[in-house]
Amino acid sequence: MKLSAEVNIGIGLPTTVPGATGHVVLEWARRADAGPFSSVAVLERVVYDSYDPFTALAAAAAATSRVRLATMIAIGPLRSTALLAKQAASVHALSGGRLTLGLAVGARTEDFDAAGVEHKGRGKRLGEQLAYIRGDVDGDSVGPSRDGIEILVGGLSGQAYSRMARYADGYAHNGGPPRAFANAAGRALAAWGDLGRPGKPKLWGQGYFALGEPDRGSDYLLDYYAFTGPFAEKIAAGNLTSARAVKDFVRGYEEAGCDELVLFPTVPDLDEFERLEEALA
Amino acid sequence: MNVEIVGGGPAGLYLAILLRKLDRGVDVRVLERNAPDATFGFGVVFSEETLGALRDADPESHLEITDTFARWDRIDIRFQERELSSRGHSFSAIARKRLLEILQERCRELGVTLEYGVEVEELPDADLVVGADGANSLLRRFGDFGTKVRPEGSKYVWFGTDHVFDAFTFAFRETEHGLFNAHAYPYDERMSTFIVECPEPVWRAAGLDELDEQESLAFCEQLFANELRGRELYSNRSLWLDFPKITNATWHSGNLVILGDAAHTAHFSIGSGTKLAMEDSISLAAALARRRWDLTAAFVDYELEREPYVQRTQDAASESAAHFGRIASYSQLEPIQFAFNLITRAGRITHSTLSVRDPQFTRALDSWFGGRAVSPPPAFSPFEVRGVRFESRFELVEGSVAVSPEGRLSPEDEPWPDGKLLLRLTHAGRRAATQPRSRGADLPLADGWPVVAPTKRPYAPFGAVPGEPEEDAVVDAFVAAAHGARADVLELDMAHGYLLGSYLSPLTNDEDDRLRFPLRVLEAVRAAWEGPLAVRVSVTDWHPRGNQVEDGIAIASALREAGADLIHVEAGQTIHDDRPQYRRGFLTALSDRVRNEARVPTLVGGYLTTLDEANTIVGAGRADLVLLDLPEPQIERPLGLSNTVLLGEVRA
Repeated sequence: MKLSAEVNIGIGLPTTVPGATGHVVLEWARRADAGPFSSVAVLERVVYDSYDPFTALAAAAAATSRVRLATMIAIGPLRSTALLAKQAASVHALSGGRLTLGLAVGARTEDFDAAGVEHKGRGKRLGEQLAYIRGDVDGDSVGPSRDGIEILVGGLSGQAYSRMARYADGYAHNGGPPRAFANAAGRALAAWGDLGRPGKPKLWGQGYFALGEPDRGSDYLLDYYAFTGPFAEKIAAGNLTSARAVKDFVRGYEEAGCDELVLFPTVPDLDEFERLEEALA
Repeated sequence: MNVEIVGGGPAGLYLAILLRKLDRGVDVRVLERNAPDATFGFGVVFSEETLGALRDADPESHLEITDTFARWDRIDIRFQERELSSRGHSFSAIARKRLLEILQERCRELGVTLEYGVEVEELPDADLVVGADGANSLLRRFGDFGTKVRPEGSKYVWFGTDHVFDAFTFAFRETEHGLFNAHAYPYDERMSTFIVECPEPVWRAAGLDELDEQESLAFCEQLFANELRGRELYSNRSLWLDFPKITNATWHSGNLVILGDAAHTAHFSIGSGTKLAMEDSISLAAALARRRWDLTAAFVDYELEREPYVQRTQDAASESAAHFGRIASYSQLEPIQFAFNLITRAGRITHSTLSVRDPQFTRALDSWFGGRAVSPPPAFSPFEVRGVRFESRFELVEGSVAVSPEGRLSPEDEPWPDGKLLLRLTHAGRRAATQPRSRGADLPLADGWPVVAPTKRPYAPFGAVPGEPEEDAVVDAFVAAAHGARADVLELDMAHGYLLGSYLSPLTNDEDDRLRFPLRVLEAVRAAWEGPLAVRVSVTDWHPRGNQVEDGIAIASALREAGADLIHVEAGQTIHDDRPQYRRGFLTALSDRVRNEARVPTLVGGYLTTLDEANTIVGAGRADLVLLDLPEPQIERPLGLSNTVLLGEVRA
């Protein structure tokens, strides 16, 4: 959706909201494709009642024909480099070249424990994965072709910004008020110039909404982000629970230079989809 | 609902007032370990903005407070037997003791219970518990706040004096042990605050670590006798201290919330501690009102509202603390530039904002800078280096050229661009043979050429193992390129882990004399090129085992002595997994240190996007030339079709 010349609006699939059936996830993607949104996006965590991001996007690829399919973000180092590359390339090929691959190091040790992967050294491994996926290091022996996969990197550390500027096409912000996004965007632009990249990075932002049952949405966020301690309350307080709040949020992100803003549901009901469409109309 | 507030300072008392105003049904008790009239420190400063907030929150106490205020709008800077003044800054201050009396009286009026001489040993049993008990908060022990305390800035000691200053005064005094400075401001008709500060080594050299309270007071009195006009300093447990910078990951835990210095401190040199504390009280009381005493929701609102502002203030305070920590390196600046550097130290005042507050000051700076009575702002003043004159400070355009085919970054590199003012001679070293930067950086070519470096480790994942550089050939290549160069400034690239840069860093070069080869190249090029010669250097590797800023400053000095006219300040990229600190103007503070400590002209970029930044940086002596990254102005957008009225259809 184009609210103006600047910001595109994407919508999150409810793949990390417990209770979202396969039917709801796919119907959600279908409506997004028919509706005004420019992308559908997924989050990732392992130890939670949630869908695998690449499997979900592969299914969404079959249910859609137009929207971009984005991980916002996937935790790269949970997978071996070649398998990550293969999964991403497969979604990209199945969707006719619509993948936006957002990667970051992840924040929860329990996901790494469950996957049987060392948590330590995850930043270094992510750097290698990005170099592998973007570079031409395997002579295309691990197909399908990765050509044209749009890569984003998320994270707030200095190293996250330099990995983004070195290997990616853009930056995936982790949410928060427009002011926080503007600050991160400034850092991303500074890193981009420092690495000698021409032009500008694509800047992706995200937010959460619950327009019908705000308390249910906020309870979900408190649960989903319980691992962050008191920070969960701040994330829940940022849940967009009215059309007014959605509009202000979009305008704030637009002014901060956001290229694509993805709004994620916190209640897995198709009614929520309709309400967001109305709020944006 | 009952509320126990631990700490009877301005934050605790003010919150008590606001909570009783909000709801007379709430019992509010303030517990203070000291006596009601005990207070440490002398005066506290407020800004106009804070006063407005105090007026809105409680007009009664605002009236009392402003009644006894000292107000002024001038900053005086006394440096090298000169005094420079800047106007338009609107400060007010009050005796801390008087402020407490007013707030205590207002508390009593509103039925707050005040208990003095009470030590709180355990978490009070109340519905809401507030930790307003200062930097050394005991209440923080009862929650999980993620508290961090680290010292910042120089040694300082807090006095009062009966000399009444008529401006906020910064005084600098050179001694045989080093530079001391004082921060002084009036807080009522009789008294001023007088803080003395000096870096820790100066403090030791002067023997202050061995003097007692009276002796150190006498020392300071004598040192600043001129400023004190023969008046006395007064002590109130005035001991030399290190300022503790306190941060907390969160400001609430269960039914316990912290505010003021217990939650965050800001270095005294920007005078914001009490102001932040009382604004916290206003924000917390408003959140409790809005959330109808739903504590968790109110605490989250309070933190979300205050945190960004507090963090910005703490960042500015840290910049200010660091500025005074290295104040001696600015002694060679002309007084007007020294003063402008001081006023703009925390990044909150710029050339443009100062020109609104005090046009006379910026005009004086501009005319000193431009050398004419009426001069444009500093970035528009000319600059001359080795016979080449630039009409402005942002005129340079970069271009780079590889000195040899193997030194090309990627195959697309133009061999010889022309018409560039600053031409950078580079050899990419182990970062060579990569794909175009439009795809990414440091992505090796599938069919690349061999790369060279003083280390055997590849630069980035999947990179080639570097071979040994043929040093004679490298020198010859640089010299040959310099001979044929058509440029106004020639630049040698010794930054970002390219060939010469990797010689400079312990991360990538094991030899003891790491300057050996870079200096050899510099001297050879210096002999071959008569015009201005710049050297681009990563002055920190942004890595614990790499070069630190002090090393970078030493490198810059050595390069200057070997004939470099200009240091182009960069940072990091010596190795691919360094720990960079990106933000707007991320190289400015580094350039400031190189220019003023290595005493060499500098050129700096680092995502500077406005002319105001350029004017401030150049005017304050933080760099001589700047590289601007001006974004496309976004003042225009296409109109949608809906704005086109199709008259024909309307008629139909």
